[in-house]
Amino acid sequence: MKIAGLSWPVVRALLASQHANMVQYRAEIALWALSGVLPFIMLSLWSESDAGASLGFKGVGLARYYLSVFMVRQFSVVWVVFAFEEDALLGRLSPFLLQPLHPLWRYVAAHVAERVTRFPFSIGIAAIFFLLYPTSFWLPSLGQFLLACLAILLAFSINFLLQSLIAALCFWSEKASALERLLLIPYLYCSGWLVPIAAFPDAARTVCFWTPFPYLIDFPARVLAGLSVDFVAGFVAQLFWVALLLPLVLMAWRAGVRRYTAMGA
Amino acid sequence: MGRYLLSLKRFWGTALAGQLEYQVNMLIDLLAMVGSLAGSIFVLSVFFGQGRELGGWSWEAALVVQGIYTFLDGVSSTWLRPNLGAIVTHVREGTLDFVLLKPIDSQFWVSLRIMAPAGLPEMGLGLVLIVWAASRAGASFSLGTVLVAVLMLCVGGVILYALWFVIAATSIWFVKTWNATEVLRAVLASGRFPVSAYPPALRLVFTLVLPVAFLTTVPAEVILGRAAMPMLALGLFLAVIFFVGSRAFWLFALRYYTSASS
Repeated sequence: MKIAGLSWPVVRALLASQHANMVQYRAEIALWALSGVLPFIMLSLWSESDAGASLGFKGVGLARYYLSVFMVRQFSVVWVVFAFEEDALLGRLSPFLLQPLHPLWRYVAAHVAERVTRFPFSIGIAAIFFLLYPTSFWLPSLGQFLLACLAILLAFSINFLLQSLIAALCFWSEKASALERLLLIPYLYCSGWLVPIAAFPDAARTVCFWTPFPYLIDFPARVLAGLSVDFVAGFVAQLFWVALLLPLVLMAWRAGVRRYTAMGA
Repeated sequence: MGRYLLSLKRFWGTALAGQLEYQVNMLIDLLAMVGSLAGSIFVLSVFFGQGRELGGWSWEAALVVQGIYTFLDGVSSTWLRPNLGAIVTHVREGTLDFVLLKPIDSQFWVSLRIMAPAGLPEMGLGLVLIVWAASRAGASFSLGTVLVAVLMLCVGGVILYALWFVIAATSIWFVKTWNATEVLRAVLASGRFPVSAYPPALRLVFTLVLPVAFLTTVPAEVILGRAAMPMLALGLFLAVIFFVGSRAFWLFALRYYTSASS
């Protein structure tokens, strides 16, 4: 049985080979995990500031929020644009296109395998965090945990689709990664990565919630941290963005492959 | 000396000509720069309002820090990132051989070979922000202050260069280290805010271990006329130590360089 070109042996082979590939780069992945320290820097800034006290952002809730941001980032980081750009420029894409499998699945498998390899490092950093901030320790309830997993999975999907859309532009322009830099800016500032969106002025907050970005970090992080959050609205918005982006990506991809002529042709 | 200056002129002239071929990229870089500055000023503004302060710094004073951060970020996009990022490639592909064979100092070559003009507008914008915010904060620009400020900016630049260079040079052993520089960049982002805004333990780390304080906070203090002499001396001392250290480390690392596939 095949679903979207995938059958069980294909899935197993893809994941096994990508995992073997990722394990080779353990040290590199550990460093990637470490490079996500930004939420902790922001946390230490908030915990000392006057603004934190007057806006009510302090204490255990804030620490859990930023640790959750860190975890959400660990599991929703996507680098399709860069991998795809390299594959397209070096001509590795051509053999991929000949296989009876959508090339994007290969990147999905690479990301899943990387998450598995990264997991112990992320947990290690979280453990160090709890050693430094023992009062902030919490274990989400099973229901909360499952909802958080779902929210993170959807966040990863939106992120992946957004980047795949930009990656598909590689078919038209050779430097699509420059566009990814533009995408990173609203992602950095409108997602709750640096500052909880609840701290934004009202107008800015309203604008943010019209974009997909709060659903990439703020929403899953709040679910994981057990802060007050509108579950229904959050999940509906996440599903809406997936439903909107998926056909766009497939269409852009199909149109792009049609005009793809490999490098040097 | 003259040979080095002439080489620099050639290096940067050719790099500039090469970069100008990608005009759309330049435009995107410009947009990204304006967007990220606007974003970081917005994040900073969340900490202020209603007469609040951040670690004893007023809004205008904190903007000076932000301006210096922007300026240094421009410096790193212009020189540090393109040059030091290429060291990894040189090691992996073995092209460091050709650099070592050139009749010019190899650290000079790998550190200054390329110039990416995309960072220049960012440096300009940073300077404008520094001057504007400092005059709003009531700083007086006497010749002495300006000279000391420029000196401390250079100190910051040297420390930044040395940290980055040492990490990049470890690629001689570990080959793939460009994500180690990502860790460094993530930590350096703490320089967007005055160092006194952090908890005491981190403040100590940012002064002595990873001297982020000397990159942005100390030059800002000089401009605002509130710098303490011991900090300036410590900054100068650290800059010398870091630079000499990076030099020694490079010479040490080269002894272990065995070219690619050997």
